[in-house]
Amino acid sequence: MVDLTTTLSGIKLDNPIIPASGTFGFGYEFAEIYDINILGSFSFKGTTKDARFGNALPRIAECESGMINSVGLQNPGIEKVISEELPRLRKCFNKPVVANISGFSIDEYVYCCEKIDKEDGVGIIEVNVSCPNVHNGGMAFGTDPKNVYDVTKAVKEVTTKPVYIKLSPNVTDIVSIAKAAEDAGADGISLINTMLGMKIDLKTKKPVIANKMGGFSGRAIFPVAVRMVYQVYDAVKIPIIGMGGVATAEDVIEMMLAGASAVQVGAENLVNPYACKDIIENLPKVMEKYGIEKLSDIIGGAH
Amino acid sequence: MKQSLFKICENICIAKDIYKMVLEGDTSALVAPGQFINIKIDGLFLRRPISVCDYDDKTITIIYKVVGRGTEKMKDMKPNEELDILTGLGNGFDISNTDKKALLIGGGVGTPPMYNLAKELIKKGKDVTVILGFASKEDVFYEEEFKKLGSSVFVATNDGTYGTKGFVTDVMKNIEGYDYFYTCGPEPMLKAVYNATNTSGELSFEERMGCGFGACMGCSCKTKYGNKRICKDGPVLKKEEIIW
Repeated sequence: MVDLTTTLSGIKLDNPIIPASGTFGFGYEFAEIYDINILGSFSFKGTTKDARFGNALPRIAECESGMINSVGLQNPGIEKVISEELPRLRKCFNKPVVANISGFSIDEYVYCCEKIDKEDGVGIIEVNVSCPNVHNGGMAFGTDPKNVYDVTKAVKEVTTKPVYIKLSPNVTDIVSIAKAAEDAGADGISLINTMLGMKIDLKTKKPVIANKMGGFSGRAIFPVAVRMVYQVYDAVKIPIIGMGGVATAEDVIEMMLAGASAVQVGAENLVNPYACKDIIENLPKVMEKYGIEKLSDIIGGAH
Repeated sequence: MKQSLFKICENICIAKDIYKMVLEGDTSALVAPGQFINIKIDGLFLRRPISVCDYDDKTITIIYKVVGRGTEKMKDMKPNEELDILTGLGNGFDISNTDKKALLIGGGVGTPPMYNLAKELIKKGKDVTVILGFASKEDVFYEEEFKKLGSSVFVATNDGTYGTKGFVTDVMKNIEGYDYFYTCGPEPMLKAVYNATNTSGELSFEERMGCGFGACMGCSCKTKYGNKRICKDGPVLKKEEIIW
């Protein structure tokens, strides 16, 4: 019997598989087709202080081996997430969730994190400083080490739960940003968010996405994610949740060898709604194939 | 929603760039006319959402237009090939909203979902009038099929090469006595239909989708009843709730 368990800041997960924020809603659509309690955890839809409709449509464009989205953090706002979504979510998921929080100023991050910190069902707060789809929003924070330091510090002051900072890959030096988060007291790092991309329609000769640019995700970005997880693992002591193009059990093992303690699955959920279930079910036999008895033993094994 | 494998039984050209595909498999997730399926195509990342034209216990019929990479690949698919499909997506039309007489308006590839809808309405004893709009004579399909169901059918072509010259709304002007309408087609047509009648009705929208089952928020729209996802809370919206 192989051991799939892993630990994030003292929270034991049955397995390392966590659906990534924005690809799993609040879980209901997936709970209709399988018991989502098999998941290690899951990161719910990025939540902001105020309700947001998000960006103009089209928000989705297909690319080779991936897709671009510019949803723009559509969500009902932190109050409604707490009063409506979380109670409904508890009915289909009984493990601690990862609360994904975004903001447009340090005050907004602090406001949301302080509120969500009081929620029993929340295990980890994942602070998204890297959404490429909102002006003056996440990514402006996530591309500057000083800003990442300030946001992390401010959020840590008002929270008791583990805080993971979700980083943008759209930077020159991911290591300095991860270190800034660690120095400010972050309990862990999530990476990578989507890569800024564009798709142009040859018929209209214009960008497909109304917002012109959007976040590129899907299998194509996997090697970039593995490389960044590897680099960050070398530079920080706090745990890493690795993500970006993960689609198979083999990918999960590769990501953990690079240095991830847990792994998020994103865009693949949108094309295969059973992606996380398939990965969890396949992990034991892929582990056996590669002679792995205890998954947590291989974290950072490639170093 | 259900994910399962379907076998292609038939895949034939029925008008210019328009193909009809009959698929055999588990159709149990389909519960209303106007729902859609989402097809995985080898080599392409996203699935392709296609409206259901008709279905029974064992088969689903879809009609699609070749417009891009996905449908280019679909048109070359052969009988007995298998496809991974998500079925039972979207809300579909509510046939109980028709009292006695329904007007169905389909434009181009918005026509297919009208077929199963007409069938179900006629089964319930409703009187069905269908208006089909196409660009030109070579684009026209399914006129006879609608007639065989027992509905009155009118065709309009933009260039006048077949039926009434003009738009579906040019035909609508002359039709009276319906108590509810249903429509599917390009958005400018939906808007023209919306403005051309005082009767209540339902409109089926098309949008670029990520997942097709409500997870990604890629196809959201604003309505008078709040934000809705075209794929999950739609594609059918009630006339009263639409914000153009």
